[in-house]
Amino acid sequence: MSTIDIRTTSQSLKPQARSRIYWTLADALVLAKRHLTQIPRIPDELIFATIQPIMFVLLFRYVFGGAIAVTGTSYVNFLMAGIFAQTVIFGSTSTGIGLATDLQRGLVDRFRSLPMAKSAVLTGRTISDLVRNTFVVIVMWTVGLLVGFRPQGPFIFWLAAAGILLLTSFAFSWISATIGMAVHSVEAAQSAGFIWLFPLTFASSAFVPTQSMPGWLRAFAEHQPVSLIVNAVRGLLLNHPDTSTILQALAWCVGILVVFIPLAVWEYGRRTAR
Amino acid sequence: MSHKLAILAEGLEKNYGKTRALAGLDLAAEEGSVLAVLGPNGAGKTTAVRILTTLLRPDAGRAEVAGLDVIKDADALRAHIGLAGQYAAVDENLTGFENLEMFGRLYHLAGGVARQRAKELLERFDLVDAARRTVKTYSGGMRRRLDLAASLIIAPPVLFLDEPTTGLDIRGRLAMWEIISGLVAEGTTVLLTTQYLEEADQLADQIAVVDLGRVIARGTSDELKAQVGGERIELTVARRGNLDAAAQALRPYSSGEIQVNADNRHLVVPVTQGAQLLASVVRDLDAAQVPLDDLALRRPTLDDVFLTLTGRTATSAELPADEDTLATRPLARSTR
Repeated sequence: MSTIDIRTTSQSLKPQARSRIYWTLADALVLAKRHLTQIPRIPDELIFATIQPIMFVLLFRYVFGGAIAVTGTSYVNFLMAGIFAQTVIFGSTSTGIGLATDLQRGLVDRFRSLPMAKSAVLTGRTISDLVRNTFVVIVMWTVGLLVGFRPQGPFIFWLAAAGILLLTSFAFSWISATIGMAVHSVEAAQSAGFIWLFPLTFASSAFVPTQSMPGWLRAFAEHQPVSLIVNAVRGLLLNHPDTSTILQALAWCVGILVVFIPLAVWEYGRRTAR
Repeated sequence: MSHKLAILAEGLEKNYGKTRALAGLDLAAEEGSVLAVLGPNGAGKTTAVRILTTLLRPDAGRAEVAGLDVIKDADALRAHIGLAGQYAAVDENLTGFENLEMFGRLYHLAGGVARQRAKELLERFDLVDAARRTVKTYSGGMRRRLDLAASLIIAPPVLFLDEPTTGLDIRGRLAMWEIISGLVAEGTTVLLTTQYLEEADQLADQIAVVDLGRVIARGTSDELKAQVGGERIELTVARRGNLDAAAQALRPYSSGEIQVNADNRHLVVPVTQGAQLLASVVRDLDAAQVPLDDLALRRPTLDDVFLTLTGRTATSAELPADEDTLATRPLARSTR
C-alpha cells in the first residue's frame, strides 16, 4: 500500500459550478457513455438484439409472406416498416432491464449519494439505448435491402421515417424504465417488459394488413399506437405519406413521453427510498 | 464538548410497513473520530447509514452530517460525504480507471481532474496493475478497494462504510483496516457499521451497540467492557475434587461471586487489578495443593458485552474460540 495522502492532489477537488440544466445534460451523457462503452464488452447482448429481428425478417419474408396479400406493393416492402417499429420497441426493453440490474447491484445507491442530477440515471440509459437502437435499425435496413426491400420516394421521407422510429424508441424506453423501476428483480423486468409488447406489435398493421382481422380486433389494431407508427413509417418509405397518420403517431410518442418521463422519475425517487 | 460533531442523529425512526427498522436511534461522532455501529443483521445499521447519506428519509427524528441537515440540505451534503456499501457498487463491465473517472465526473470534477484523481486513487489502493482491466476480473478484495476508492474521490470529510469487510478473507480484512486507519489519521471522520466485534474494537473511538433499531449501549471499547463487569481470573483445576479447595483459596481475591462449573472443573473469579494479584493467586493455590490445568486473566470481549446487553447468544459456539486468530464471528441473526 503506498502512502499517498488522499488529500494530496495536484488539483482542487471542488466541484465545478455550472447551471442545473448543464449538469442535467452533462451527467446524463457521462452515464450514456458508460453504457455505450459496455456494448462491445458484452457483445452477446447486441448480437441477440440484432439476430431476433433478422429472424423475424426471414420468417415473414420467406415463410408467412407468400400467404399474406398486400395491395399496391411487394410484401417485403410492406413488411420492413413493421420490422423497424418492432425492432425499436422490443429493443427499448433493455432500458428497464439495465435499470433493474443497476438497482439490484447497488449502483443506484451510489449514484444517489453523489451530487449529480437525479434524472441522469434514467436519461443516460434512454439516450444510450437510443444510440444502440439506431445501430440496430441500420443493420435491419441493410438486411431488408438484401432480401428485396426497395424504399421509394425522396431521401428526405426516409429520414423522416427514421426520425419517427427514433422518437418511438425513446418513448418506449421511458415506459420500459418505469417498468424496470416498479418491479423487484431483473428477471421480472425482463418478462414484464416484454409480455405486453406482443399483443401490441402483433395485433397491429406491422406484419399483416388489418383488413383481414375480425371487426373487434380490427377496431383495436387500427387505433393503437404501434399501428399508427407503422403506418406513418410505411407511408414515408413507400412514397405515400399521410399527414394525419404521421401527426397521430407523433402525438402518441409525445403523449407517452409526457406521461412516462415524470412517472419514471417519480418511481426512481420512490423505489430507491427503501 | 470541545470538539465539533461531524455526525449527529437524534431520535431517528423508520418503519417498513409493520417492520420497525429504527426505533429512535441516536448517534454522535466527533470530527476526525471513528464511530462503529455494531449490531447483528437486521438491527437497523444499514437503514441508519442510508438516512445519513440522504438515500432514505426518516419517518421521524433529525440528523446532521458535516453541519448539514440530511433532509433539507441533502443536495449540498452529497458533496461532503463518501459511501462505500456492503456490496461493491462499481460497474463490472468498466475498468477500474473508467469507474473512478466516471464517478469523478459525476462528482462534477473537470475531465482532467477526474482522470488525475482516478490515477492517484488507483495508486493509493494498489490497483495500478488492474487499472485497465474490467472489474469483472477483480477479486473480492480488489472490488472492495475500488469501491472504497470511489467513495474517496472528493476526499470527503465524512465517510460512511457499511460493513466494509463483510465477505473478505482475513488478509483482505487486515488490508482494509489498515486503509481505514490511514484515512482517520488524515482527519476523515468515519462511521462504520459492522457485525464484527473485533473490527469495532480495533478501529473505533466510540462504539454504539445497536439492536432492534435503537442504541442499547455506547462508549469506548473499554467503557463497554467495564459495563459487563471487570476482569476475571479463570482457572481449570486438574481434578474435580480440588474445586472446593480452589474456591476457598481464591475467596479473598474475589470482588464478587465466584462461579464454579463442576462439569469442566472451571472457576471464574471476578477481580480488580488482576495482573497484580496473579502471582499471589498462584502461590496460594500451590500452598492449598491445587494442581492446575489452566489459568488465565481475562478481560471481557465485545462479544460478552453484546450477550450481556441483549441476552441473546452469539453463533460463536460452532466456531473454535481461538484467541490468536481474528475473532470475527458474526453475531446471532436477530429475528424480526
